[in-house]
Amino acid sequence: MTEAIKGFTNKLGLPRLIIGTFFLLLFIMAIILKLPVNTLMSDTIRRFGMYGVLVLAMVPAIQCGTGPNFALPLGIVCGLVGGLISIEIGLIGALGFVGAIMISLPFAILAGWSYGILLNKIKGSEMLVATYTGFSVVFFMSIMWIFLPFKHPEMIWPIGDGLRVTIALDSTFGQILNNLWKFPIGGVEIPTGLLLFFLLSCLCVWLFTRSKLGIAMKAAGDNPKFALVSGINVDQCRIVGTILSTVLGAIGILVYAQSYGFIQLYQAPLMMAFPAVAAILIGGASASKAKISHVIIGVFLFQGLLTVALPVANEIVSEGNLSEVLRMIVQNGIILYALTKVGGGE
Amino acid sequence: MSNTNHVEVLEKTKESEAISLKMKSFFIDHSVTILFIIICLIGVKISKLPLFFITSELLTRISRNSFLVLSLIIPVLAGMGLNFGITIGAMAGQIAIIAVTHWGITGIQGFLLCGLLSVPIAMIFGYLIGTLLNKTKGQEMITSMIAGFFANGIYQFIFLFAVGSIIPMKDPIMMLSSGIGIRNTVDLSKNVGIKYALDNLKKVPAIKVLLIALVATIIIYSGIRFYKIKNSKKKEKFITGQYLSTMIGCFVGILICSIFMFHEGIPNNLKMITKIKLPIATCLVIAGLCLFNVMIVKTKLGQDFRTVGQDNHIAKISGINVNKIRIIAITLSTLLAAWGQLIFLQNIGTLNTYGSHVQIATFSIAALLIGGASVSRATIGQAILGTILFHTLFIVSPMAGKNLFGDAQIGEFFRAFVAYGVIGLSLGLHAWRKRVGVKSKLE
Repeated sequence: MTEAIKGFTNKLGLPRLIIGTFFLLLFIMAIILKLPVNTLMSDTIRRFGMYGVLVLAMVPAIQCGTGPNFALPLGIVCGLVGGLISIEIGLIGALGFVGAIMISLPFAILAGWSYGILLNKIKGSEMLVATYTGFSVVFFMSIMWIFLPFKHPEMIWPIGDGLRVTIALDSTFGQILNNLWKFPIGGVEIPTGLLLFFLLSCLCVWLFTRSKLGIAMKAAGDNPKFALVSGINVDQCRIVGTILSTVLGAIGILVYAQSYGFIQLYQAPLMMAFPAVAAILIGGASASKAKISHVIIGVFLFQGLLTVALPVANEIVSEGNLSEVLRMIVQNGIILYALTKVGGGE
Repeated sequence: MSNTNHVEVLEKTKESEAISLKMKSFFIDHSVTILFIIICLIGVKISKLPLFFITSELLTRISRNSFLVLSLIIPVLAGMGLNFGITIGAMAGQIAIIAVTHWGITGIQGFLLCGLLSVPIAMIFGYLIGTLLNKTKGQEMITSMIAGFFANGIYQFIFLFAVGSIIPMKDPIMMLSSGIGIRNTVDLSKNVGIKYALDNLKKVPAIKVLLIALVATIIIYSGIRFYKIKNSKKKEKFITGQYLSTMIGCFVGILICSIFMFHEGIPNNLKMITKIKLPIATCLVIAGLCLFNVMIVKTKLGQDFRTVGQDNHIAKISGINVNKIRIIAITLSTLLAAWGQLIFLQNIGTLNTYGSHVQIATFSIAALLIGGASVSRATIGQAILGTILFHTLFIVSPMAGKNLFGDAQIGEFFRAFVAYGVIGLSLGLHAWRKRVGVKSKLE
């Protein structure tokens, strides 16, 4: 019997089990507390789509062997630059969103490429260097947001220099995916466009991992020495994975921004890598293995947990932000758990 | 004749080559520090701040921060890299402060009680971090960083929600009006807390301290030299180059100090510098820690740290309990960080309950690295120099940003960019060197 339970938990993964149970528990509590379940469901689904692509950005990075991409802010600022330029040149609606992605692509590819070269020079300490690369990029761009010559009146401060801290997207591409083919089922809103976009991105990445280059990349990540012997250029594969991850980060932040309704500049992207890393780890990935299914399960569990925890926590303790504290504990706890599995002690 | 000439020339070129090589390696090894000296000098010039202000502010900041920076050294010695987990040590210090302020014990008694109370807390935390780091060998730094974030979550949970509900506590001044949770800021000022408890014990003009230190250096150094020569069997000259240069340096220093103190013809804005006062008790505590760091290397424990730091396997074979030594190193660092945070907060005077500890690790580590330390090597001198440079940048960057670009915020962003950038760069360089080393060994 214990063997069976052990096998079951091993198969499902301890973190997935704990978080899943916790999620269910919170959901039951929400029902008991008579909170509006359909709103919670719609919020969960919306946030699932909103964060999905950002979490998806972890997959190529982990698969190519550079570990979870803690330098996600690098991709994020590229996406932000794309979004800003798209607004600046006056693109609106769907065109604005597509334009933003298109404009951000060259930046993201260039940034990912140079960052990939950096990562090849520092094999073995990727995670830590990545974290600080991400941090310093955010502050470097904070200086840039003040200097860059944007002129659009909705983006700059009316008085003084520089871009605003948050830029509303109501008149440009805000909610563009969320409102696409949106329909309600029993009070639960389904943002079809958003979900389709996320699933389509997943499909693209999945197809890529099935391609020749994708398989080579995976081999390079799984066992660099073996890959080298079989004639795969490991360093190049790592660069490809990093570029892909950075590009997905750029697209991810644009999806996030359109759903949120605002572009957030300055320090906002600073800590964004950590929830994304935590989500994929909750989904069952490790620092060296990740699949698309991990992304889908992880982002659903993690974001669902946070969405449901907020009103439930507020119902129990009216003051303070208990769900934010919960996020910190769960998010960093799961990353720590994954780290203990990397080195494996002795 | 021409032949000997030729040899001489050859030797000379060899010598000059060796010197230039030495210079080159010196500049490469100290590139970060040199770059920062230049940035700081430019910053000081652009900010147009009076020298008096910079010096007095700098002295305050050195006495405030160097203890924390120094607490990073032992884990580096034990090969565990830069301890981002000092945030957790800082939390231990803050827990002690909250408790002592709640009990209403103020002044130096309160401060000493904080120091005592933080010992068991920091030791438990240190043990936990050490155990965690033993499970993640090779990834210590990122683990300790994430552990800091994780502990911050638990810390917030305890002080926002558990205090007043699970943990009984009643204090209308420190707690939120609902009776649950500690306020965002806790006032530590004179009548209610430990503000300036250590700093105000005794304050002496900085210039006098410098004068005394210089005189003491001359006497002690001469004494040591004298003692050594008397005891050594070899015939040595009493006056060596190093001795001579130290003595000359000290005398010049004394001369400058005396001019500042006694000469009437000095312009007023320079004369102000003599009025800067140094919190002597704090400085003595910091000096004590420096001494501790030096002494510990000479003990059995310190040697074990170094052996573990150089090679885990060799240490294991020679019968050292590697895991235990690593736990001791991290526990010591955590405890020192807790005390460091106490010194930091008694100087600041208000406890920002949920914010004071957050940036501690980043700023301390950036300071240490700017001083020229690396992941595997850090000295006391580097820690002090780094603190000076990093905090000079801190003081001047807002004004420099304002004068240069008309926006103080740019200076602040630049400062943060520099702090994070320098950490990233040093860690990257270290990883790169290590890889190159491994490669060349294989070939």
